[in-house]
Amino acid sequence: MSARVLMLGNEAIARGLVECGCSVAASYPGTPASEILSAAVQWRKACGVPMHIQWAVNEKVAMEIAYTASLTGLRSAVSMKQVGLNVASDPLMSAAYTGVVGGFLVISADDPGPHSSQTEQDSRLMAMMAKVPVLDPASPAHARDLVEIGYELSETFGIPVMLRPTTRVCHACQDILPGEVRQLGRKADFRKTPARWAATPAFRFELHRELAGKLRAIAAWPRTAPLRLNPHAASRRAVVASGVVSAHAVDVLLEAGLWDSVPIYQVVQPYPLHSGFIAHILEAYEEILVLEETAPVIEMQILDRQRVRGRMTGAVPEAGELLPEIVDRLIAEFAGLPVKAEQAEAKGGGRRPTLCAGCPHRSSFYAIKKAAPRGIYPSDIGCYTLGLNLGGVDTVLCMGAAVSQAAGFYQAYHLAGEEIDIVATIGDSTFYHAGVPPLIDAVVQGARFVLVILDNSTTAMTGYQTTPALGIGAAGEPTGIVDMETLVRGCGVGFCKVGIPSRLPEFVGLLKEAVAYSHAHGPAVVIAREPCVMDRRLASRLKTGRKARVNEECDGCRHCTEQFECPALVYDDGGNRVFVDTLMCTGCGVCLHVCPRGAIVEEDQGVVGKS
Amino acid sequence: MNRQPGGPAAGRQQIVVSGVGGQGVLFVTRLLADAAIRRGESVLTSETHGMAQRGGVVVSHLKAGVFASPLVRAGQADGLFVLKEENLSIHRGFVKSGGWILVNSVRVGEADGDETLHAIDADGLAHEVGNIQAANLILLGFALTRLGTPDQGGMLFCSVDDIRAALHQRMGERESVLWSSIAALDLGIFHGKR
Repeated sequence: MSARVLMLGNEAIARGLVECGCSVAASYPGTPASEILSAAVQWRKACGVPMHIQWAVNEKVAMEIAYTASLTGLRSAVSMKQVGLNVASDPLMSAAYTGVVGGFLVISADDPGPHSSQTEQDSRLMAMMAKVPVLDPASPAHARDLVEIGYELSETFGIPVMLRPTTRVCHACQDILPGEVRQLGRKADFRKTPARWAATPAFRFELHRELAGKLRAIAAWPRTAPLRLNPHAASRRAVVASGVVSAHAVDVLLEAGLWDSVPIYQVVQPYPLHSGFIAHILEAYEEILVLEETAPVIEMQILDRQRVRGRMTGAVPEAGELLPEIVDRLIAEFAGLPVKAEQAEAKGGGRRPTLCAGCPHRSSFYAIKKAAPRGIYPSDIGCYTLGLNLGGVDTVLCMGAAVSQAAGFYQAYHLAGEEIDIVATIGDSTFYHAGVPPLIDAVVQGARFVLVILDNSTTAMTGYQTTPALGIGAAGEPTGIVDMETLVRGCGVGFCKVGIPSRLPEFVGLLKEAVAYSHAHGPAVVIAREPCVMDRRLASRLKTGRKARVNEECDGCRHCTEQFECPALVYDDGGNRVFVDTLMCTGCGVCLHVCPRGAIVEEDQGVVGKS
Repeated sequence: MNRQPGGPAAGRQQIVVSGVGGQGVLFVTRLLADAAIRRGESVLTSETHGMAQRGGVVVSHLKAGVFASPLVRAGQADGLFVLKEENLSIHRGFVKSGGWILVNSVRVGEADGDETLHAIDADGLAHEVGNIQAANLILLGFALTRLGTPDQGGMLFCSVDDIRAALHQRMGERESVLWSSIAALDLGIFHGKR
């Protein structure tokens, strides 16, 4: 039997780290990057290699920990999603100047589409801004190979190297033959060099000049040069593509019968683009179509504006993922083929995501709307963003912004002499990540709002990673604990109470108390503590056994399906009434409080099989 | 690359699996991918992760044979698995002329063009055997027999044995889960033969 195994792109990246002797890996979870670190834990165990692998409180901390390991001569890596790189951009910009000793990879996963992100931003532009080289894998196997080449590049030039996969690489699976795991036998050995590691502005100028020299050399490094995929094809027009778009383009050229007539180049290192390559394509071709996601990073480095077609010239859509259907059309136009009539694109529509049946966040949002019906509801990044389906979320900006936006709303209305109810929501992991500094600020400025920390004891959206409150590490090992109530009180908050959202009437009362306190004194914090229904580790703590049914009092008003939106409550168009999907119902019992006519009642105990 | 001789299904094949979060769309896709590897094929899949997994539309693509891109284009899929009937209208555009569609449904719907439509009430059967998570494997078992496997010159690139072996490989250490999975697959196979 073949020894090839099916690997998710993120597992292949993690495999590459372990095979290359990476010693320290840190991350903060975010789609589409989350599985890189958890896979590293699995490979470490399977291969029996020594590594420090950790979830960090946020991406900045993760990057600083991994970068510092490189200063001691070890190979290290940090992984995150693209908006996480924004959080970590401060150390990245500086580390480009100071450089590395052991190989250091910054893995930043982009999400063209976007499928699961606030923005479609291109991490390759961030690499360009920081002045570090970036590698753009086209498949899981390619991503694994680029980990190896990335470490070689990083150590050859003493520079951080970015690996930029996209969703279609991270969440593709491919058959891959696992490679040999190398043990480098390195030990931490930090050589004090203050002029570099603690450089003052005068030294920074020198470091900047040194960096420019490194980039010129990297733009001529043969190991990452663009690949000519079909050397036999000759034309005055060529396609230049990178990442998964180059893979789409290969399949399209083959299927359209253009493989032998349209030259295609795959760019492996979009920045710095190889200088010899730029000279070559401008010499050899009259027209060049550049296909890349999501910003025109390659396109802008090809300096002849007359010959280049891409995102900047309008030949390629300026936003969005370049799906194969789009690549098909762009290549047909470029090659002068008749463009097929617009095919019905198979995408879009269908059932929207919603909070799970039995999710405690649903109770929290319902209670917030009861306690402060005319309030403003800033929220944050996580599953609970779906509270917007329930009208419980008015703003979502970025990690931690629920707290600062609550303060911003308070200050803006306060100027006009208006005191409004403001109830912000933030998840437990997000609170630790970026919610603490704005809470300190709110205390100092006396901003008046309620912050509800939705504490489900996990980072649910991204796959149930641990939080600092749990005392459990990435591999299940015991860690230190930061207690949430102590942290909140330590920020100077005078009102910090814990409630259980599924005890709905009681929880509404607690929120009203918090709203009243906030108007009189300043920020109030309510911790809504109840475990995630999907996290199997917490199953024993879940409240169940109160299965619901809808009786004949239901008049089909849809209050429950629209204001509460539990997937187990289903509106039946034919009968003009609601029924309970007993397969979906978890028995949390919260909806028993929701119907204005009292038509949702508890199923007879005899009927409920188990509790 | 090893190539299995056989019917039209041998070699390159593109399949789309559609459902909603929680139905096991990714699991079915990975079993098919494991099966492709067992047959000596290269394989690429593309999965939906993140927020959509909270009950939203989840779709995955599988390409067995030599391909570069993990995504199936509209009108190019050899076949489509639909675990949630309401998704049929959204994703049937993936299927090429002459392709097949398998739907988890109480009734066989109308074919749009010249695709072949097969239906099985996998949810109902899963409920009957008290394993509501099993609808995905019931549908897969049904497909394996209804479409036919390569050795019979059938429409699907892999066989019942390939899928059984993939289940053993993925769940070998969790015996009770393995046997309930095999039972669900067999239930689908049984209905496919009827």
